[in-house]
Amino acid sequence: MASTEIIHAHAAPQGFIRKYIFSLDHKVIGLQYYFLALIAVFVGMGLSLLMRIHLIWPNANLPIFGAIKPETYLMFLTMHGTIMVFFVLTTAPQGGFGNYFLPIQIGAPDMAFPTLNMLSFWTTFVAFVVLVAAFFVGAPLHGWTGYAPLSAVPSAGPGEGLGADLWITSIAIFCAASLMGALNFITTVLDMRAKGMTMMRMPLTCWAWFITAILGLLAFGVLLAAGILLLMDRNLGTSFFVPGGLNFTGQTSFPTGGFSSSTDLIKHNGGSPLLWQHLFWFFGHPEVYIAILPGMGVASQLLSTFSRKPIFGYRAMVYAMLGIGILGFVVWGHHMFMSGMSPYTAFAFSIMTMAIGVPSAIKTFNWLGTLYQGRVRFHTPMLFAIGFVSLFVSGGLSGPFLAQPVLDIPLHDTYFVVGHFHLIMGVAAIFGIFAATYYWFPKMFGRMMSEGLGRWHFFLTLLGTYAIFMPMHYLGLAGQTRRYSEFTQVAYQTKLIPLQTFITYAAIVTISAQFIFLFNLFWSMAKGKKATDNPWEATTLEWTTATPPPHDNFGGRTPVVSHGPYEYSVPGAARDFVMQNDPATTPAH
Amino acid sequence: MATLSPTVAVKYPQTRHGGGSGAPPTHGNGGGDGRGANGSPDYGERLRRARLGLVVGLTPVIMMFVSFTSAYIVRKGLPTVDPRTNSYVHDWLSVNIPWGLLLVNTVILLISSVTMELARRQITRQAALAPVSSIPGVSLGEEKTFPWLGVTVVLGLGFLIGQWMAWQELAARGFYLATSASSSFVYLLTGMHAIHLAGGILALLFAAATSLLRKPVEGRRIVVDITAWYWHFMALLWIYIFALIEIAR
Repeated sequence: MASTEIIHAHAAPQGFIRKYIFSLDHKVIGLQYYFLALIAVFVGMGLSLLMRIHLIWPNANLPIFGAIKPETYLMFLTMHGTIMVFFVLTTAPQGGFGNYFLPIQIGAPDMAFPTLNMLSFWTTFVAFVVLVAAFFVGAPLHGWTGYAPLSAVPSAGPGEGLGADLWITSIAIFCAASLMGALNFITTVLDMRAKGMTMMRMPLTCWAWFITAILGLLAFGVLLAAGILLLMDRNLGTSFFVPGGLNFTGQTSFPTGGFSSSTDLIKHNGGSPLLWQHLFWFFGHPEVYIAILPGMGVASQLLSTFSRKPIFGYRAMVYAMLGIGILGFVVWGHHMFMSGMSPYTAFAFSIMTMAIGVPSAIKTFNWLGTLYQGRVRFHTPMLFAIGFVSLFVSGGLSGPFLAQPVLDIPLHDTYFVVGHFHLIMGVAAIFGIFAATYYWFPKMFGRMMSEGLGRWHFFLTLLGTYAIFMPMHYLGLAGQTRRYSEFTQVAYQTKLIPLQTFITYAAIVTISAQFIFLFNLFWSMAKGKKATDNPWEATTLEWTTATPPPHDNFGGRTPVVSHGPYEYSVPGAARDFVMQNDPATTPAH
Repeated sequence: MATLSPTVAVKYPQTRHGGGSGAPPTHGNGGGDGRGANGSPDYGERLRRARLGLVVGLTPVIMMFVSFTSAYIVRKGLPTVDPRTNSYVHDWLSVNIPWGLLLVNTVILLISSVTMELARRQITRQAALAPVSSIPGVSLGEEKTFPWLGVTVVLGLGFLIGQWMAWQELAARGFYLATSASSSFVYLLTGMHAIHLAGGILALLFAAATSLLRKPVEGRRIVVDITAWYWHFMALLWIYIFALIEIAR
């Protein structure tokens, strides 16, 4: 393996604090992100369980929480969405695995700016603490999308005071953290690749993290701007989002607290709630791809590795991801068909949205093409990668329905949308995280995860999530409204409660199955089978180094790359795979 | 190893192969890790990486001001509900900005941009000569050092004070932050720009602090260099904002 001598830019730290807390090492930072996301995902999942229980037993007295009031349900809804989208789906795939493996996969000793990397994590951590603090002062009701004027007027409801201030502050801090991270990822990819690692020799995971970082760089600045405007509306008396003539006085929709006869409303004049929605969704739609693109990268990597075949259409995969990224910025209006929009504008957004089906289909068929006639090894990471493709297709196919205004208008505020976005953005991205965990665990911790427990976890989670989210499409078509805390008041909604009950039971089973994963994760760290340096017989650079990788990733050497990332079953090669840094004399290409 | 940037004007012959940085970074071949082959810090490499990082880092700043601008333009053309008549009206109130004062501020900022550039070139020269002058017994003679960095900080602070006076003047004319959407935007745009410029001043003070700590001049040069480009960007951004609030008012 050709190498050249290098000396790492910063020495290996000695003390506990510099080594594990304020570490500059991208691998430690990656793990910090990962475990932050792990804590966040269990908080978010716990909230979803409480909501599911409340939906079918609205009068049940729960431990700690007692009987859940409608506004408490909406608080759970807000916190569940915010925690899951920002601190799980954005944090784990990009901040966690991207931080850990992007530098190793491109043959770099660390990120371009290690100090900024550390700051980025700790800023994210502060954002999480601020968000969780909102729990203790009463979390806001406005959902993760924070629509104005509900989010812009402190007296608009319980939790919309200090709780909403904390919520938007947390989002703003998170934006700053994500921008630092994105800056680092982009500079690293452009400037730190090893000799011979051309852009078109990068693993698709690196392409995915790179494109995700570009999306983050462009999107989070807009959300930060929107957040600043919202904070000004809330605290400085401006009227960017609060229209004039709002009159909440005398309406007490909420049994407790509720609206006061507010004089601060009178001061506001002529803002536009739609302005918030435009700014939010200009961020919000790319955010969907920020969550899913790393999963696509991982799925591509794993399908190729475990099928022992080159990825089908490498360049097409790269261009498809770029296409998805670009189109992701011109479709935000499809979230707003119900908010009042010129039919011509809606038509343009609709066409653009359906156009995303093209690169998505390219990716799907390339994944299937990679599997076709492969010598597939069904290890747990591969199962989750296949599960990712399955969920991506199931969740994605309802997209073109919702992309059409004429269908979106009846479906938008129903469970159809809940089913759609949970399958594609939630569960598919989570499957990407699971696949990445099972795949890279041996490299990160030097031990293998249990295959038996992994299989149980996979099948229970796959069947469980389909059992939860597939029926939601039927509920939506039947007119079951989303965001309602209970369905006991309206006759046609009451008839759908049995299906909701089924979903709740499925959710309880699926959530229980996650403890298999949690046990497997921690048990394998201590007791798992010792892993070799390249247990999956994969080709990318992280498998050429020691397990776990040394502080500078390659032990004082920097790899020289002579091959593409997915050279499996190469005719004439000694083994059925060619490592990226094998000497170029091996017949390749 | 001192790798020189293309803008450096050195009268002395280059002692190392540090030239050749006229070519743009060759991204296709990847990079190193910021160290030369002999293990000494490669400041040329670090400078290039920092500049790339700056360009990437300015993107969200641009996106943020693009967002504010689009909100501004949309809000300006938007009919809104008048609660008294319950009808849609155009309520946009033109802000009578103190453009004379702002013009003075603009000139101050542009001059500071020039002094910033002079500071950048000065420290570039110092960094280029550092390996030579560190050889014992070698003297390059007394070099005149004018404190361009200090002048830039003073001018930057002067600009901020001028902006504060402009806000006072706006308030005196009856335009407070919450008076109307238009005045909110004027305060927002000028305020966000001022915060960003204050960040640049902090970076310059940081560079000055490291010079007191006798850190290598090459490291300080990187801070000054990227702050200079950031500073020029802030000057351009200010001209844009000034034009926006003056023309689209």
